[in-house]
Amino acid sequence: MADTKGTVTQESFADHGDEGVRRRDFINIAAVSAAGVGGLATLIPLVTQMSPSADVLAESSTEVDVSAIEPGQAIKAVFRKQPLFVKRLTAGEIAAANEVDVAELRDPQTLAERTKLGHEDVLVTMGVCTHLGCVPLGTAEGEVKGEFGGYFCPCHGSHYDTAGRIRKGPAPANLQVPEYEFASDTVIRVG
Amino acid sequence: MSFPWANQYQPQNGFMKWMDEKLPLPRLVYNAIGAGYPVPRNLNYMWNFGVLAGFCLVLQIVTGVVLAMHYASDASLAFGKIEHIMRDVNWGWLMRYAHANGASFFFLVIYLHIFRGFYYSSYKAPREMIWLLGVVIFLLMMATGFMGYVLPWGQMSFWAAQVITGLFEAIPLVGAPIKTWLLGGFAPDDATLNRFFSLHYLLPFVIVGVVILHVWALHIPGSSNPTGVEVKSESDTVPFHPYYTAKDGFGLGVFMILFTIMVFFLPNALGHPDNYIEANPLSTPAHIVPEWYFWPFYAILRAFTYDFLFVPAKLLGVIAMFGSILIWFILPWLDKSPVRSANYRPTYRMFFWILMVDMAVLFWCGGAPAQEPYVMISQIATAYYFMHFLVIVPFISRSEKTAPLPKSITDAVLGQAGATAKGARA
Repeated sequence: MADTKGTVTQESFADHGDEGVRRRDFINIAAVSAAGVGGLATLIPLVTQMSPSADVLAESSTEVDVSAIEPGQAIKAVFRKQPLFVKRLTAGEIAAANEVDVAELRDPQTLAERTKLGHEDVLVTMGVCTHLGCVPLGTAEGEVKGEFGGYFCPCHGSHYDTAGRIRKGPAPANLQVPEYEFASDTVIRVG
Repeated sequence: MSFPWANQYQPQNGFMKWMDEKLPLPRLVYNAIGAGYPVPRNLNYMWNFGVLAGFCLVLQIVTGVVLAMHYASDASLAFGKIEHIMRDVNWGWLMRYAHANGASFFFLVIYLHIFRGFYYSSYKAPREMIWLLGVVIFLLMMATGFMGYVLPWGQMSFWAAQVITGLFEAIPLVGAPIKTWLLGGFAPDDATLNRFFSLHYLLPFVIVGVVILHVWALHIPGSSNPTGVEVKSESDTVPFHPYYTAKDGFGLGVFMILFTIMVFFLPNALGHPDNYIEANPLSTPAHIVPEWYFWPFYAILRAFTYDFLFVPAKLLGVIAMFGSILIWFILPWLDKSPVRSANYRPTYRMFFWILMVDMAVLFWCGGAPAQEPYVMISQIATAYYFMHFLVIVPFISRSEKTAPLPKSITDAVLGQAGATAKGARA
């Protein structure tokens, strides 16, 4: 504000009291604040429109029949448009998983913590490498299972053991075990 | 904005006079890339790549707009639409091959443009802002190139989207929600493809905006030159037109020969066969790699396989990959040497070429499978890459003994004879 002009000075004398705050200052701050808050509020729909939409969220649970999986075999199912590995472990694979000193693992977990009580031979994990999201190999017959006999991610060389735990390579965590329960003795409900 | 001896714009007829009063656009062009812009007379062919990059941007926008007329960003249609463009659309094959190879040539040109900047220290004062804007353009190009690669919805497209958005998952605490937010789901799908198409169409125009700022910033100090000695007199410069329009025109001709060889005879040489298989969320191709222009940075990402202190390996890789480009932002302040051109900096010149070899090694490792010996080689090359910028450049810029600089650009071009004949050339 150019105070050199007499008119402006006179106006400010007329508007403010002894505190030095003019009514116009108040109106200015109030108007700019209201516009600012309003402008920022438009960010909420602009940002959240990118989050998963209702139809994507609706496909949230899947049922898988595990009865036909033989020991040593694994199947790929689909859960939330991502692969889900269901594997029935052999006695040898269970023993190999339990032999490991858990304290030495990058993401310490026992096989029992990763399976359901009474179904320790059924390993249910996401088929999504925890490094950058590739699908690890090792479900189908003849695929590379990595140095620890579980899964191997071909993208950046992460090796998972028979319990789906990360043992070598860049991935930071074990293959994720999704929320699931045994709906019956042979069917699991995921999600 | 220009040197005092720059040619002045003279409207040639009544219409141009009228135009000059109402909207002096011809004047702007004349002063920017016409006879009114004096440029150092000694620019070599490394100075062609700015104009070539501009040409590539226009080429990508023109072919891209045309392709968008025949494409659909629906996950169930996109893959088929590419074959529709290839087989049914009139000249569609040409547009698509020109666009796909155009991206490769754009990056090739930009890399040469950036390496020119490294060699001749084009980033130094008073040209820091040009450099900073250039790095911004490069980052925007990388985002645009990545999203464009997802649009054909082939196997490589899908897994590129999965891996690159997976990078954001490395961010502590908020990583997983950010990934879901970026994808609009739990895995790349329709929502992802649609938003990538929208942004892939938008970003090139953002690049155009930053390019205008880049060229504007360039015209304040004027172009750098191979000696690194600033322009001192009229005899150091020639008008941009016709001298450099002709030189750039020749460069463009060479570029077009190479470009058309690729488009017409080797159109898929730089692509991956796997991208002609439709996206399948349940099967990762055995060997996934990004496009060649991302390989050096991909190698840096994969070089980190062990946790350091509390930072997981994955986060380290992501930080290093972004850091390897963001470090260019502070380069003008890391290199304190008063001499610009590596022609007069023997020690820096040697390390420049070592950096080029190092980047070639990273490039080679980035395209190789994620196994030994490539992992170890990329770890060494990554360490050297950061050492170059953070240790070698600051150190030698303080300690090296530089060669004597020529008195002026004219001296450098004509030798002592030129010094006496100064001003003879109009």
